[in-house]
Amino acid sequence: MADTATTLTNAAMREQVRAGEGVWGFSRSQLVGVLALVAFILVAPFVLYPVFVMKLLCFALFACAFNLLIGYVGLLSFGHAAYFGMGAYITGYVAKAWGVTPVLAIIMGGVVAAAMGVVGGWIAIRRQGIYFAMITLALAQMVYFFCVQAPFTGGEDGIQAIPRGSFLGIVDLSNDMTMYWFTAAIFLAGFLLIHRIIHSPFGQVLKAIRENEPRATSLGYRTDDFKLMAFILSAGLAGIAGATKSLVFGIATLTDVHWAMSGEVVLMTLVGGLGTVFGPVVGAAVIVTMQNYLAEMGAWVTVIQGAIFVACVLAFRRGIVGEIANLLKVKL
Amino acid sequence: MPLSRRQLLAAGTTAAALGGFSPLRAQANTIRIGVLTDMSGPYRDSTGPGSVVCTQQAVQEFGNKGFQVEVLQADHQNKPDVGANLARQWYDQGVDAIIDVPTSSVALAITQIAKEKNKVFLNSGAAVTELTGAHCNPNFVHWTYDTYMLSKGLAGALTKAGGNTWYFVTADYAFGHALQRDATRFVEEAGGKVLGAARYPFPSTTDFSSFLLQAQASRAKVLGLANASGDTVNCIKQGREFGLNKSMRFAALLMGLVDVHALGLETGQGLLLTESFYWGLNDRTRAFGKRVQPKMPNRAMPAMVHAGCYGVTLHYLKAVADMGVAAAKASGTDVVARMKAMPTDDDAFGQGRIREDGRKLHPSFLFEVKSPAESKEPWDYYKLVATTPAEEAFRPLSEGGCPLVRS
Repeated sequence: MADTATTLTNAAMREQVRAGEGVWGFSRSQLVGVLALVAFILVAPFVLYPVFVMKLLCFALFACAFNLLIGYVGLLSFGHAAYFGMGAYITGYVAKAWGVTPVLAIIMGGVVAAAMGVVGGWIAIRRQGIYFAMITLALAQMVYFFCVQAPFTGGEDGIQAIPRGSFLGIVDLSNDMTMYWFTAAIFLAGFLLIHRIIHSPFGQVLKAIRENEPRATSLGYRTDDFKLMAFILSAGLAGIAGATKSLVFGIATLTDVHWAMSGEVVLMTLVGGLGTVFGPVVGAAVIVTMQNYLAEMGAWVTVIQGAIFVACVLAFRRGIVGEIANLLKVKL
Repeated sequence: MPLSRRQLLAAGTTAAALGGFSPLRAQANTIRIGVLTDMSGPYRDSTGPGSVVCTQQAVQEFGNKGFQVEVLQADHQNKPDVGANLARQWYDQGVDAIIDVPTSSVALAITQIAKEKNKVFLNSGAAVTELTGAHCNPNFVHWTYDTYMLSKGLAGALTKAGGNTWYFVTADYAFGHALQRDATRFVEEAGGKVLGAARYPFPSTTDFSSFLLQAQASRAKVLGLANASGDTVNCIKQGREFGLNKSMRFAALLMGLVDVHALGLETGQGLLLTESFYWGLNDRTRAFGKRVQPKMPNRAMPAMVHAGCYGVTLHYLKAVADMGVAAAKASGTDVVARMKAMPTDDDAFGQGRIREDGRKLHPSFLFEVKSPAESKEPWDYYKLVATTPAEEAFRPLSEGGCPLVRS
């Protein structure tokens, strides 16, 4: 794992030198990817069912936020559903009960998730590897049982009929197409933000920690601070993804905080490609599409998902995007 | 020509993209009915494929009255978000009515969407009374049963029959609390007393021994089980192992034919339960049961929710034929209004009507599970103990708080 990551980073560095800084820190190959992504976002709602594409974008953002942690700091969180789901609940609650506007509601969802990330991260980053994963899972289970019992979450009914409201009081979001552009804007903003974080000096330190934490410490970086910061950012963005999802579907439920959701986001990121910019997006697309179009097969969906996971881990460990990047010898 | 990996990938992606691009095309002369139900979870047997079969049975019996009827099906996995997503997609792509939808949380989510899209939502499988109360709307009909009917039929009757002290074992979430609350009310109205309740964590409890022993220690005469499906069956089995059945009467607040079948008569005998349909109730229900049984999965007899899907589909199609397909497709509110205006009549539930809040009215029945010796044929499980007339079986219109009634 460490070797491939190192070679990838080396290849990437060489390419970055070759391509100069590119546009907004994207290398040339990444720029092609971004343009393809934007083109997809522009065309998709006219070809596919818009609500489906919105769901896809929400999960893609969630997976990107998760990837920030595992792909760039090397921390496997197994409790990200807690932040995703709590973002959804908070946004749903304030939008429904207090009549808060959608933008503010989403921000509140993200802020609360980030605040939970402060606590969860502070506890979890003290340990590494499997212990880190177990702590995050334990914390997420606590959040789950809180959500089952807390009065404001509506127990197993969830928060329903969350109004989409209107953007800045002008654009009515109850129309699927306007909501689509709103969601697409949030996704792109989150995507670019994560990209910016990764390519900042801060992001370089994160990668250094992933490669060799003792060495980063010996260079004088307070690695715990960096890890905590990354955790908070990841939790906050996951919260925003959940918040957007709750507005799209008008519903926030226990599914969003269940540990299966934490597992799903791991799967998305792995299938797409760990530590790649586009991997999580592609992974989310694959998994969400499968769930959507194979829904009539019922319980088989999970079996197929499991088979894909095994195939992915055995045959192409770098994930779809990672393998493509390796084949074309570019960084994606 | 051997395929390269890249070609394979490209072909795969294209196939996936094309596969995704097949929206249902709305045809002017076709009514599309979507059966949205639990195909893989705990309610599969009491709803699921049987609901689809009974819906199709209704369509078939209704015959061709100048328009086609198409029946679709999907699995909501008991998740409100999955259900809401599927319903939204169906309605957007030309489905006129969604039928069944067990699991209260999913039903509550979909009733909002039906109103938003002005389509029809006909529920058979969900229990929650809010559907015709605070959350009622003009696009919704609640056909088969609800928690009020279950609690009234069972708790009231049992208390009057001498079971005047109760102890509940309750699933610790909203549904369990609602069942316990409703049942407590009828126990107290009938002059009984609730001695206590043990709440167990839901889901993931399989060992009920400590809760059952608490119930035993309370010396109550009746053990009220405010839970559903597998949990109820487990409680009854474990309760018998502890000998609770010698000192207490078991009252399963939500239990059906399928659960009794799973439990077996040896274990289940003497249990009391409330249902609005039983295939062996009278000649008409018997005829209906025999008609459907060969088509049912595992040749089971239709249970209450299955029969509800049959009854509501038949009535819906009558209303559509009455007002014309074009008008029916144009407005879900109009169809439901017509359904409420027309008296209902079908083999499973007999004659009845739909109230302005969307509640279908029919009698409810208190059954006792037969002993193995009393059972004469397969699926012969119940004997009738008491009948609550239609007008009394359900929550009075004034108590529901449905906005449609006030206006």
